[in-house]
Formats: sequence, structure tokens, C-alpha cells
Amino acid sequence: MFETVAQQLIIGLTNGMVFALVALGYTMVYGILEFINFAHGDVFMLSAFFALTLVGVIDVGQFHGPMLAVLLCGIVIASAGFGAVVNLSIDRLVYRPLRKSPKLAPLVSAIGVSFLLQNIGLIWGALPLAVFGGGGQPAAPKSFPQLLPSDNLLGAGSGLTLQIKDVLVIGASLAVMTALYLLVTRTKLGKAMRATAQDPQAARLMGIDTDQVVAATFLVGGGLAGFAAVIYALYINTVYYQMGYQNGLYAFTAAVVGGIGNIPGAVLGGLLLGLVRAFSDQFIGAQWQPAVLFGILIVILVFRPAGLLGSTAREKV
Amino acid sequence: MLVVDNICAAYGAIEVLHGISLRVEQGEIVTLIGANGAGKTTTLTCISGLHKPKSGRVTFEGKELVPVPCHDIVRLGIAHSPEGRRVFPRLTVAENLELGAYIRHDKDGIARDYQRIYDLFPVLRERQQQLAGTLSGGEQQMLAVGRAMMAQPRLLLLDEPSLGLAPLIVKRIFEVILELNRLGTTVLLVEQNARMALRIAHRGYVLETGQVIAQGTGAELLADPKVQAAYLGE
Ligand SMILES: Nc1ncnc2c1ncn2[C@@H]1O[C@H](COP(=O)(O)OP(=O)(O)OP(=O)(O)O)[C@@H](O)[C@H]1O
Ligand SMILES: [Mg+2]
Repeated sequence: MFETVAQQLIIGLTNGMVFALVALGYTMVYGILEFINFAHGDVFMLSAFFALTLVGVIDVGQFHGPMLAVLLCGIVIASAGFGAVVNLSIDRLVYRPLRKSPKLAPLVSAIGVSFLLQNIGLIWGALPLAVFGGGGQPAAPKSFPQLLPSDNLLGAGSGLTLQIKDVLVIGASLAVMTALYLLVTRTKLGKAMRATAQDPQAARLMGIDTDQVVAATFLVGGGLAGFAAVIYALYINTVYYQMGYQNGLYAFTAAVVGGIGNIPGAVLGGLLLGLVRAFSDQFIGAQWQPAVLFGILIVILVFRPAGLLGSTAREKV
Repeated sequence: MLVVDNICAAYGAIEVLHGISLRVEQGEIVTLIGANGAGKTTTLTCISGLHKPKSGRVTFEGKELVPVPCHDIVRLGIAHSPEGRRVFPRLTVAENLELGAYIRHDKDGIARDYQRIYDLFPVLRERQQQLAGTLSGGEQQMLAVGRAMMAQPRLLLLDEPSLGLAPLIVKRIFEVILELNRLGTTVLLVEQNARMALRIAHRGYVLETGQVIAQGTGAELLADPKVQAAYLGE
């Protein structure tokens, strides 16, 4: 029993990290624009395709040891950069021209962009690459090679599995979240972001170029999604064109549970969701997963309508 | 120093300023008084760039302001403490002041100015680490004025700094305005509290439904029977 619980804890935490990283992108954009970027999950998906393409083109599978580590770091950074640029471009091309329109216009456009990106994913998956299985079945899940060592750190005989990749996923995610925390609380850009989120007009009076702050927010959110995508792909070893839809929905839920717009809330919500999912799969059954997750979401929102860390009243004095 | 020349401004299709003209000279305190909805706030936002006039010109030290984006106008030396205080509620008092100095890079000067503002408003020093949203209304107003001062403006726009404050705090705010002015900051002050504003102002303008209907020195306006009847409650 102890081992089962501990095992689900590990699984829940690793999955939760990915949800949290994606949830951060939803929540940061919401915090500034009060707008849900429904295409965010699909930026995550495209970044995974990008990473898999790099893996295939470089033929990463043939490398080992330090060289592999360096290549993986490079792929993580490149994919984060890719996610950042895609997210920024979406904002520039689609959302920004609609900034002064009624709120529904960018929202509906975001849903449109989401479908558009999924179709790009389909086209991308049709490329004749070996890693895409030759491209004959664009919609089929593509296997992402097992690049991280999956040895059990607790020894082959242990009933509990803690893989090196678990530790890497959790460690790297924590490092990125710490960096984000420092960015938001300590740097001038971070303070400009928080000021813009709280009162954009007053922020402009301080000399803050709020358009630039919004752009920076999309850049950071996209980078987090790109990072999360590689982590996810290395961990789950499958990518497919709808992976952004499902994970995006869960991550969005995590952001809402934590209190949309609240950065620590997104991390809390993501971890909570990951853990609940792992335990419900183990003890209730995987077929009940959505019902359990969204049931809990509803219960939390009934008692805390603004989410776990969200503030109920907007402090406008 | 500041010349507002015949500006018209609208929200959507509704024009609310119908050709406002006014001047502020270096070193002055100029006040803008008028009933609710007269267009005082809109006039200030047209100067600081939050709102852009439909027509007319605004020039500051000879430079045309209308084409300059709002976030660059503060870099030219105009700081605006907006109507309703608008401090950042979930940032601390110290962080609010820090954002006031967003455009500056002189670390030492900024550190000195924190102390200067804490000396003017000692209560803010005690509350440095408190979230601005949890300050009392009066404290928030002091913070809003202090935050605008952190930009080291040559022209300070103040929109109803005394609104909703206890008489003692109003007095304190007016003392600070006089003190700042004595130290060289030019002030354009919008006030409901017309009597106090006209007392400390060198000159004033009276706004009514988007037009300037009277102007003169503070003393002249205080003595004007029409102004007395409409705005001084006599
Ligand atoms: N954002 C807005 N949208 C639409 N109309 C506005 C807006 N802001 C102001 N107005 C209108 O413009 C007119 C002038 O408003 P303004 O706020 O400039 O007046 P004011 O003199 O500052 O009034 P008060 O003393 O009440 O602050 C008013 O009729 C007001 O209803
Ligand atoms: Mg007003």
C-alpha cells in the first residue's frame, strides 16, 4: 500500500509539473489581458512536434553520455524558443488587432487559432520523416524516442520506481518555475508585468509600454509551453496533433482551480490536478478520470469561486 | 511651459471637450475647477496621453504631445496622479514608488527620493512593505502623489488629490503641493475643493460642460460672484 501511494505521488508530481508549466501560460496572459488564450495548448503541441523533428533530423538516438545531454539541452532551449515565437506571433497577428474589440472577438479567434494550429500539426505530421513513421498517418500518435535513462534509482529490486527521468522532469520544472518567480518578483520587467496586470492605464502613466509587456508575457508563456512540451515528450514518449487539446484543457482547469491570473495558483492547481489524476486512475479507475477531475473542479469552485489562491473581489479602490 | 490649444475630445461619438485652451507657465500652480462632468479629468488625460484629443494641440516646452504615446510623455517630464488614485493594489508601497521611478536609471537619486517622499508622508515609511490595496484612502492618495513625484516631473498633474479625505489630511496634501512647488515643480491641479485650490493657486480656470467659462488669478476667481455662487457655495 505504501508503495502504491508513493508511486502515484511520483507519477502525479511529474504530470502535475507539466500541467503547471502549461497552466502558467494561460494564467499569465489572463492576468494581463483578462483573456483565455485557447490556442495555448496547441502551442504546446506544435513545440512537441518541433522537438521531435529536431530529434529526427539530428538523429539524436545515436548519441550517448555528455553529448546526448548537450543535445537534449539544446533541443529544450530551441523548443522553448520555438513556443515563445509562435505564441508571440499569434498575439501580433490575431489578438493584438482585436485588443480594442469586445472581449468575445479575441476569445472566438483564439478557438479558431486552436483549430488552425491543430491542422498545422496534422500537416507537420505528414512530413516524410522516419520519426513521423514516414508521414503516412498524420493523425496517428508518433513515438518520441526514449532518450532519458529509465533506470530505477531505488535499485532494480525495489517495488517502487523512481526513474532518473522523474527526477529530471521534476528538477528541471522546479528550476524553470524558480526562474519565473525571480523574473516576476525581482526584475523591472516582472514589476512592469504585475503593474500592467493590475492597472494597465496607471502602468502607462509610469512610462511602461504595455504593448511590449503583453508581448513579453506571450513570449514567456510560449516559452514555458515549449519547455513543457519537450518535458512531456521525453516523459510520455508520444506526441500527436491533439495532445494540446487534452493537456491544454487540463492545464486550463488547473489555472482556474488555482485562481486564474494568479501565478502561484497555477503551479498549485497543476500539481493538484496531476496528483488527483494519478490517485483517481489508481484507486477509482482511468475511465473515471475526467469525471473525477471535473467533479473536484466544480466542488472547489463552489466553495472558492475565484479558485484556491484567487482573490474574490477585484481590489479596485 | 504647457500650452493646451483649442482641444476637442470625445468618448465614442459623444464630444465632451469643445475647444479647451489653457496655459501653465514654469513655476506656477494652476488649478482647474468645475462641476462634475465638466471635463477636468478628460483635460488632464489629454495632456498625459491616456486619452487623445480629436483636434487641437497640446505642447509641452515646445514639443507637440498629441502624437507621443502615453508611456513616453512621462519621459518628457510630465507625471500624472490620476483620478481615483489608481495605486497598484497588490504591490507594496515600496514597489509602487519604485514603479513611479520606472523611467529613471539614477539609483542614488531614486534612493534619495524615496526618503524625501517618506519624509513628506511619514506614514508611508511605516507601511513600506504593506500592499497598497490595504492602505486607507488617505494613505493611498499620499502614495499616488508620492508615486507621481518619483518620476521627477517638471510638471505634475494632480486629479482631485483631496477627494474623500479627512480635513487634516487634505491640509497635509495641500501643504505638500505648496512645498513641491516651492522646490520648483510646476503643478496643474484639478479640484472639487475649489476654495482651497484657488487659495494656493497662482491662476485658475473654470470649466463648464467642456468649455472654459472663466479664468484669472486665484484671488480674482475667489472674488468673482459667479464663481462664488456656483463653486464656493456662497
Ligand atoms: N470613459 C468614458 N467613457 C464615456 N464617457 C466618459 C468617459 N469618461 C468621462 N466621460 C464623460 O465625459 C464627461 C467629462 O468627464 P470628466 O471625467 O472629464 O469630468 P470631470 O470634470 O473630471 O468630472 P468629476 O468632477 O466628476 O471628476 C462626462 O460627461 C463623462 O460622463
Ligand atoms: Mg474628474
